[in-house]
Amino acid sequence: MLQLLQLIVSGAAIGCIYALIALGFVLIYKATETVNFAQGDLMMIAGFLGLTAMTVAGLPFWLAFLLTIVAMALLGMGTERLVLRPLLGQPAFTFVMMTIGLGYLARGLVTMIPYWGTETHSLPVPYKDEVIWFGGEGKGLVVSVEHLVIILATVVLVALLYLFFRYTRLGIAMQATSQNQLAAFYMGIPVRRVNMLIWGLSSAICGVAGLLLAPITFVHANMGFVGLKAFPAAVVGGFGSIPGALVGGLIIGIVESLAGFYLPEGFKDIAAYVVVLVMLVVKPNGLFGDNLTKKV
Amino acid sequence: MHFIFKTRYEQDISLFKHSGQRFWYAALAVAAVAAPWLLSEYTLSQVTFIGIYAIVCLGLMLLAGFTGQVSLGHAGFLAMGAYTEAYLQANGWPFVMSLPMSALVAGITGIMIGLPALRVKGMYLSIATLAFGFILEQVVVSAEGITGGNAGRQVGKLTIAGIDFDDGTNFYYLVTVIAVLCVLGVLNLLRSPTGRAFVAIRDSEVSAQSMGINLAHYKTVAFALSAALAGIAGALYAHKIRIITPDQFGFLQSIELLMMVVIGGLGSIQGAIFGPAFWFLVQQLIVTGKDWLPPALGQQTGLQPTIFGIILIAIVLFEPMGLYGRWLKFRTFLEIFPFYRKGMFKRQKSYMKSERMK
Repeated sequence: MLQLLQLIVSGAAIGCIYALIALGFVLIYKATETVNFAQGDLMMIAGFLGLTAMTVAGLPFWLAFLLTIVAMALLGMGTERLVLRPLLGQPAFTFVMMTIGLGYLARGLVTMIPYWGTETHSLPVPYKDEVIWFGGEGKGLVVSVEHLVIILATVVLVALLYLFFRYTRLGIAMQATSQNQLAAFYMGIPVRRVNMLIWGLSSAICGVAGLLLAPITFVHANMGFVGLKAFPAAVVGGFGSIPGALVGGLIIGIVESLAGFYLPEGFKDIAAYVVVLVMLVVKPNGLFGDNLTKKV
Repeated sequence: MHFIFKTRYEQDISLFKHSGQRFWYAALAVAAVAAPWLLSEYTLSQVTFIGIYAIVCLGLMLLAGFTGQVSLGHAGFLAMGAYTEAYLQANGWPFVMSLPMSALVAGITGIMIGLPALRVKGMYLSIATLAFGFILEQVVVSAEGITGGNAGRQVGKLTIAGIDFDDGTNFYYLVTVIAVLCVLGVLNLLRSPTGRAFVAIRDSEVSAQSMGINLAHYKTVAFALSAALAGIAGALYAHKIRIITPDQFGFLQSIELLMMVVIGGLGSIQGAIFGPAFWFLVQQLIVTGKDWLPPALGQQTGLQPTIFGIILIAIVLFEPMGLYGRWLKFRTFLEIFPFYRKGMFKRQKSYMKSERMK
């Protein structure tokens, strides 16, 4: 029983990372109806930026964290402005190919930057390798602080995002843009600028995910492939739903953790994909998804 | 521009539109036959690879370029073909039977992957194919008895009717003949009702459906045919590369296949051949150019992905019809020489239309 709980907690922590990446997909999908296949690679860049800020520049953890998030937001907005805005009005496949290209490019470029390179680095966070015991040392539930930080940070971030979308002018403008660009434009919302901000927000969230994940998996050029597991998370939750992304991420994380323990070797890596295929066959719109019917 | 006044039905369905085309394709055929005498052994081997990849890209083009269904797991079909061929050959099947069998096995896998396509579409379908690609890769790793697992599997010598095809020249001819047959097959398919249905589905699923096209049926057929072509290429790939391991058929391979098709030019048969040809050419240029670059840049492993990433981004931004589109523009420019206008191939822009009902 304790073991099961243990597996669920560590699964939930990884699930939160998936949820954060999936959140990035969902925001962009809601706003522009396109999918960003470079989301995981953005996360990888965030890991390297945080690493550079902490080890090369010698900044304290919190300052490095904040700087990375700001840099990621700027990177996201810059990407939108430079390569994605010219594609506005093209079929969704164009965007998919563009983001695949961006991800491919990012993986190549990162290995060419001095110090980053092809090696794996470890991010020296202050809470590394610490554990907390719940219910008595040595016999209770043991949770590593890294996992705990991930879960808490995700909860806080999702709550903030909820408040942002519910109560701020910009949040409501983003919702309007995501539902109907033309109508939003007529209502005086600067649709293009809002799109740019959404890209910034999405990649900032990715930055948070990257920095939270880095202490567990190390920072390396192929770190972004974790982002592919966020697709199942987003689909299970229902693409285009913010609570869905969170729930989907948790489901995928926990299923993966349990499969890794109870099923033969190799099942851990594909558990997420099996879940998503079952979901697509049973309920393609996901748990919280909108009804997808095309208007003629 | 060449305007043809058609007076007979045969003219409308002929493969070559006019005598100029017939001449140039005949010249290409002569060049293909003469290639082993003209090219070095290494170059010939690269050309053989281009032929193999052209067959996969042809399948992917049929699916992505003509039916509008994007597959992010195409390397899985390639793996099915390669491992089927390796297994059957080891069990004494002759190539003439094991090749169709590889295509069949891959095609059946394609149908299985096409099944979710009956319910989902667009991006959801891409994610389903992505998931299938990962699962297939894992299956290949796990089925050690057949595939040799991560250690890889040796592929035996290829002989057909007593003739040794492992020799570079003979294998080149084999690949070329199969590639040409595949191209002719796809060309004919596209002129048939099935092919027309594919294009209709690509352009608008709703209007295709209202014209009486059974979406589920045709999408499954597209997946099956596309996978079968990948299976044929996989069988040839296995013989070309001799040792097949699961990591040759991973997600990156699928992405690179898709990149080749987009660089070549979506929605054109020529694009499926231009894509891999260009890919191998650039790869070769990078390998040769490395020595000229300063070592700090030339020795980087990331150089190749960076260059291909930039090429893909440039193609998507500036030339959505790919290399074939560029060639088409250049040809039109020459044909109507002083009268070429800038906007002749302009893309139509439209407001984003939501697929959500709300």
